[in-house]
Amino acid sequence: MSAAKKLNLTLKVWRQKNGNAKGNLETYPLNDISPDSSFLEMLDILNNELINKGESPVVFDHDCREGICGSCSLYINGEPHGPARLVTTCQLHMRSFKDGETIYIEPFRAKAFPVIKDLMVDRSAFDRIQHAGGYISVNTSGNTQDANAIPIEKENADEAFYSAACIGCGACVAACKNASASLFVAAKVSQYTLLPQGQVEAKDRVLNMVKQAEKEGFGPCSNTGACEVECPKGISIENIARMNREYLSATISK
Amino acid sequence: MSLDSKIPEGPLKDKWTNYKNNINLVNPANKRNIDVIVVGTGLAGGSAAATLAELGYNVKAFCYQDSPRRAHSIAAQGGINAAKNYQGDGDSTYRLFYDTIKGGDYRSREANVYRLAEVSTNIIDQCVAQGVPFARDYGGLLDNRSFGGVLVSRTFYAKGQTGQQLLLGAYSAMNRQIAKGKIQMYNRHEMVDVVIVDGKARGIIARNLVTGEIERHSAHAVVLGTGGYGNVFFLSTNAMGSNVTAAWKAHKKGAFFANPCYTQIHPTCIPVHGTQQSKLTLMSESLRNDGRIWVPKNLKDAEAVRNGSLKPTDIKEEDRDYYLERRYPSFGNLVPRDVASRAAKERCDAGYGVVANDTNEGVFLDFAAAIQRYGKEEALVKGISNPSKEEITSLGEKVIETKYGNLFDMYKQITNDNPYKTPMRIYPAVHYTMGGLWVDYNLMTNVEGMYAIGEANFSDHGANRLGASALMQGLADGYFVLPYTIGDYLANDIRTGKISTDLPEFEAAEKKAKDEINKLINNNGTKPVDYFHKKLGLIMWNKVGMARTTEGLNEAISEIAALREEFYKEVRVPGEADELNQELEKAGRVADFLELGELFARDALEREESCGGHFREEYKTEEGEALRRDDEFAYVSAWEYTGKPSEAILHKDKLEFENVELKTRSYK
Ligand SMILES: Cc1cc2nc3c(=O)[nH]c(=O)nc-3n(C[C@H](O)[C@H](O)[C@H](O)COP(=O)(O)OP(=O)(O)OC[C@H]3O[C@@H](n4cnc5c(N)ncnc54)[C@H](O)[C@@H]3O)c2cc1C
Ligand code: SF4
Ligand code: FES
Repeated sequence: MSAAKKLNLTLKVWRQKNGNAKGNLETYPLNDISPDSSFLEMLDILNNELINKGESPVVFDHDCREGICGSCSLYINGEPHGPARLVTTCQLHMRSFKDGETIYIEPFRAKAFPVIKDLMVDRSAFDRIQHAGGYISVNTSGNTQDANAIPIEKENADEAFYSAACIGCGACVAACKNASASLFVAAKVSQYTLLPQGQVEAKDRVLNMVKQAEKEGFGPCSNTGACEVECPKGISIENIARMNREYLSATISK
Repeated sequence: MSLDSKIPEGPLKDKWTNYKNNINLVNPANKRNIDVIVVGTGLAGGSAAATLAELGYNVKAFCYQDSPRRAHSIAAQGGINAAKNYQGDGDSTYRLFYDTIKGGDYRSREANVYRLAEVSTNIIDQCVAQGVPFARDYGGLLDNRSFGGVLVSRTFYAKGQTGQQLLLGAYSAMNRQIAKGKIQMYNRHEMVDVVIVDGKARGIIARNLVTGEIERHSAHAVVLGTGGYGNVFFLSTNAMGSNVTAAWKAHKKGAFFANPCYTQIHPTCIPVHGTQQSKLTLMSESLRNDGRIWVPKNLKDAEAVRNGSLKPTDIKEEDRDYYLERRYPSFGNLVPRDVASRAAKERCDAGYGVVANDTNEGVFLDFAAAIQRYGKEEALVKGISNPSKEEITSLGEKVIETKYGNLFDMYKQITNDNPYKTPMRIYPAVHYTMGGLWVDYNLMTNVEGMYAIGEANFSDHGANRLGASALMQGLADGYFVLPYTIGDYLANDIRTGKISTDLPEFEAAEKKAKDEINKLINNNGTKPVDYFHKKLGLIMWNKVGMARTTEGLNEAISEIAALREEFYKEVRVPGEADELNQELEKAGRVADFLELGELFARDALEREESCGGHFREEYKTEEGEALRRDDEFAYVSAWEYTGKPSEAILHKDKLEFENVELKTRSYK
């Protein structure tokens, strides 16, 4: 809400007509951006300028613009979701940038996330990993037992919540030199492992989800921790350790 | 055509049970031969798709995002109501029912609301069984918080991310059925029309947003769980893609649109920062449990705050006006949303606003008192004797952080202010639409076989929705109501066989959809879609917003009609129809908003009373409170499309109150 000085920027934006086309970085100067604007509002302004000039606007995924839906997915100045910590692209504000700065904007890159157009990628591999085991097999009959029948230690409930906070954005994959999906998979595995409801199917779940991730072309985890740093929801790398323990015990007992 | 709400006979508390005992069922073998289309994968659509698939129907589900998990329900923060009475504070099915009817200012249907209250407890059981990590207390039991407009603590929550956790629960139930092949999921697909064959909804036309292809999909019934239309205001707390298109296309094919003017303007949102803004951000109502709302008592202080020469923390206690506590001593900061929003507007209109934007609109939401209170409590619990002021503050801030940490972070991220140290600045913003497609007790629209659930229908919240009740309604509709009511209808379809997409009705609908798209693409205007959307939003906010007058509404109606004409002359949609084209998506949505907006204003004009979120300046009490006119307006306005919004015909679905007495709402 400040009346701070407007920013003049140079944008280098990845343009790619479709999945088969070759892409390249285009340069666009953009002036008079309020530091209170969000990063995506800045791109809205660019797009309206492009439309006015008869050029095609830049395609990018976004929806909630409050950091919760996981749609937005830009690789900004070499980092997924840009320079700020614990925020998504849509929550990034232009006050994080300097007047005169050049900003590089690219899509999240990974073999398992093919580009659809410009900055938009296909993350359906994440859905397919969830189909492989991201659920508890309980019917919606309305005849489940009372919600307070099984008390759950606050500590475990809180831990499960922190794991469940993953928004499925894919920044962990984009940050990883192996394009591993381990943090994403581990977050779901952990949520259910920490809750009594999730125990019954625990073994199959971890085996199936990990297998599916491999099948989708995500790489192995080599514990560099880059994912944790870039994760906008602060999903801890502890989850991966927990998943590895689960995986090990599942393979032994199978 | 007369409307039949199909409310079952019998005493209120037995209606749903009797109904369930007497409906037709479809045997499991026959369910395999029946297809159901569910458009929308939010709490309503997602829970419906999963449950229908579990029951054995073949489900095709659609959403415009790249995954069902991203539906707008994900953004709900505060919580979900249920009459569990875990706190033993006197809650019951009846009390939840009563609060909801009263909160809605007596403009909703008794039977529907009672059923909602009745199934609310199942929702919590179901979600816990699915692994939804609700907040718990140290004993391991589920925790609750309070929301506005009620005197009990019945809101279940998962920090400030309740919608996310509930939606991920529904998504997980969907995933299980997708894995089994019982749900076919169509991501990045937008429904652009519904197909009616022999008077029955038999399919949809959808645009594949990646390829631009127009597709035909058939089914024995169509369920719309496509959310609300708050984005008609351009700036709202809704997701950017939230739209009225599905509901509006259904309306144009015969479904009545009910109470379009009932909109919820949520009191606690981050104020507008400037003209480059694309959307508004909600600060959950749960904050009103601990935050106190105020503005300076003196105009000169307000001005000094706005120009930055006075810090809010330097304004003395006696120079602050805690106007909600002053006006509504018994509910205080927890009055319902419509009341809190109007009170904020009243203070800002009088010049006491504290934000330096074009309109000086903003009030304080202050946590200093709560921080001190919790800090002292914690010091006692921890056995710290004679704690210093700093210690108390730091302990108190920790408590606030565990309760609302993510909201505080979000606030700081957006405004660059630290709400632990200085009060938040907030202002009302468009948040939710109580109006929607008219449905009967079965959640069926007046078009046979077309259902509307969740925010897309009008049914349960009357003229004002209580906090934490939308999540409840979405899941109630999808998990526990629709699966019964749709079976009763589909029982007649077991011998119908597959519906062919070669029928002339599909052909015609597809052609119309393509024509509309081509018209937009080939328009060659000069202005981008956003230009029109912003203009529409301003008309709506200024003339069809928190306070409405005959004059303003009449102006809005003609301005919107004129803007629509300009849109079709001047809009420029770049790119092609047969490719991924986000501007084209926006253009289609704005075209529909430009029609809905006019009906919306007409509905507000026709309703010559004030009720809930609908406030007409002409109808208020001496104290400035909403003045309902039950004798003339205790009905649902159901609009029939006849070719133009200006020619829509009004049908009145009368509301009968047999179990509650209509009173003037008082939160004093
Ligand atoms: C910021 C915010 C906070 C909120 N907090 C709370 C809260 O704490 N408690 C509470 O009870 N309520 C809350 N609400 C309200 C509540 O979240 C919504 O009313 C509710 O989630 C709506 O659910 P739904 O399933 O009806 O629709 P949505 O979740 O909006 O889902 C709509 C679905 O329809 C699809 N769709 C829409 N149009 C089309 C189309 N044309 N073609 C294909 N698919 C389409 C979308 O892809 C999406 O899947 C909040 C709302 C907001 C905006
Ligand atoms: S783990 Fe973090 S970075 Fe990865 S998908 Fe989830 S929220 Fe995004
Ligand atoms: S747009 Fe939803 S998280 Fe960024």
